[in-house]
Amino acid sequence: MNVIRTEQLVKTYTSGTNEVHALRGIDLTIARGELVAIMGTSGSGKSTLMNLLGCLDTPTSGSYELDGVRVEGLDRNALAKIRNEKLGFVFQGFNLLPRTTAVDNVELPLLYDRSGQKRDSRALAIAALERVGLGERLDHQPSELSGGQQQRVAIARALVTSPALVLADEPTGNLDTHTTIEVMALFQELNDEGVTIVLVTHEPEVAVYAKRIVEVRDGRIVRDEPVKNRRLAADDLGKVAA
Amino acid sequence: MKTSVLVKLATQSIRKNKMRAALTMLGIIIGVAAVIVMMAVGFGARSRIRAQINNLGTNMIVITPGAAQQGGVSQGAQAFPNLSLEDVEKIRREAQVVTAVTPVVVTRTQVIGDAGNWRTMINGVDTDYQVIRDWQTSSGDFFAPEDVASMRKVAVLGKTVADQLFPGTDPVGQEVQIRNVPFDVVGVLAAKGQTASGSDSDDVVLIPHTTMKAALSGRSFLPQILASTASESDIPAAQEEIAVLLRESRETEDFTVRNQNDLAEAAEGSTKVMTLLLAAIASISLLVGGIGIMNIMLVSVTERTREIGIRLAIGARGSDVLTQFLVESIVMGVLGGLIGLAIGMIGSKVLGHFTGWETVISPVLMFIAVAFSGAVGVFFGYYPARKAAALHPIEALRYE
Repeated sequence: MNVIRTEQLVKTYTSGTNEVHALRGIDLTIARGELVAIMGTSGSGKSTLMNLLGCLDTPTSGSYELDGVRVEGLDRNALAKIRNEKLGFVFQGFNLLPRTTAVDNVELPLLYDRSGQKRDSRALAIAALERVGLGERLDHQPSELSGGQQQRVAIARALVTSPALVLADEPTGNLDTHTTIEVMALFQELNDEGVTIVLVTHEPEVAVYAKRIVEVRDGRIVRDEPVKNRRLAADDLGKVAA
Repeated sequence: MKTSVLVKLATQSIRKNKMRAALTMLGIIIGVAAVIVMMAVGFGARSRIRAQINNLGTNMIVITPGAAQQGGVSQGAQAFPNLSLEDVEKIRREAQVVTAVTPVVVTRTQVIGDAGNWRTMINGVDTDYQVIRDWQTSSGDFFAPEDVASMRKVAVLGKTVADQLFPGTDPVGQEVQIRNVPFDVVGVLAAKGQTASGSDSDDVVLIPHTTMKAALSGRSFLPQILASTASESDIPAAQEEIAVLLRESRETEDFTVRNQNDLAEAAEGSTKVMTLLLAAIASISLLVGGIGIMNIMLVSVTERTREIGIRLAIGARGSDVLTQFLVESIVMGVLGGLIGLAIGMIGSKVLGHFTGWETVISPVLMFIAVAFSGAVGVFFGYYPARKAAALHPIEALRYE
């Protein structure tokens, strides 16, 4: 069962008479339970790909199927619904609401849920925070948390709706080595539990924790292969600490 | 999103920026408080005038000589001696609904008593006058029908006149001279206070109209006839009846029949205009307050672009963002309105305390003030909210 399937995904930006071909035809298939790292340098088109996969933007042409739903051609509100129900986002800058407690931040996606299912959003938010090891910090505001903790709140927020896919955009970009490994250990743990995760990163040290690497350059996929010497973050954590 | 959640989000966001929200609301607060105080003073003045008019008497009808024309030239009211004692008698005899009627003849002259002299209004009236004006005596009695019939020289003094001419003593049984004619004082009237036009109703001497005509003025036309009915509901019928009777005895409609309400409305007219004018000026500050809300909401949208981006990314619709910001400005408007209402109520009490003006705040006014400030929130919050809702999630997330 595929979570993501794209065919000849093209994105062209026009500014005045200039045409920027950010993506020139991406064919990508990601199955349930994968942990994929999308790599590429700045300007390679990986951010554009991430925006398209995250339903934050629509492709110029090509097709995109997310968890069995064709996404291209949907309007703003339909995209918002898909983002809410099928996707969880983790950003580089954490992007938590300032002056809002951890549990309020995590609860937020559930408040925008329109599927009409009756859920105890508070309890789900608390469970998600406990899952990422922040059960003791429910009522802390982002400014009272370390970078690693903030990112874990963000991961809890991404998980709280039980999405089909967690999209992480440079999730370790603002973190030191130790915290980076901690966060990657959490991602690996979640993946082992069956969560499908796509990481966008430019750091090879981070990509080695994934199961599969997709490299993008000049708007095309130039490499798509399993990680050869995959590392387990939990093991590395012991070494760094020692 | 549920309304309760929206209100919660809005109040959260206001709490996070207490100082700024307070300053934003200040415009609305001042505006609403100003409108409330102005309206309270205006309504107070009107209710006072209404009370003074009611003080004139009960179910009173006033008949005055109307405008007459002579060769196409309007002579204005009371230009002609066209109300007479015959009219009074006709009404007394033939009217069914009218229960009391009296002529009123007026002259202004010097009255001499024990302690000195005093220039006052002499009213020549019939005994019905007491019923019509609902005016009790504080000492002695009103003169009797026999006094009127036999043109006795008896007088009933108003409180002010009694105080001036007989300070500290009871004037009943004593004598006053009106234009050198001696009159026996038979009664003193209870105090009635100020009239709607601000003059003193107690500065008056009442004598039988027959005596007035014989001893003082000698004129036979009447500047005014007063009448009254048993109940308020009879007034329109009585007015019609009087008009019909008076028309029978003359060729032109040269009289005016008005009731107390007509008088009250005339007296209230200028206060009404004044109140509206003051309220209009005060509501300009409400407008300025609304612009303040819009300004802050625009700043807030820019400042919170990233927050909007986050919300959009995790699945908020444009309409969710729009409603959130709109609710925020409505909450600020209503909150400002409530605070302004409280300050306005305290302010009008304080103002009333120091100036002695009567102030009246009706529940309707309170409701309108708060509802209007909520409407100001909607009106001035809509544009910033729409701007927030139209943001593109990617650009909003990237915003530094």
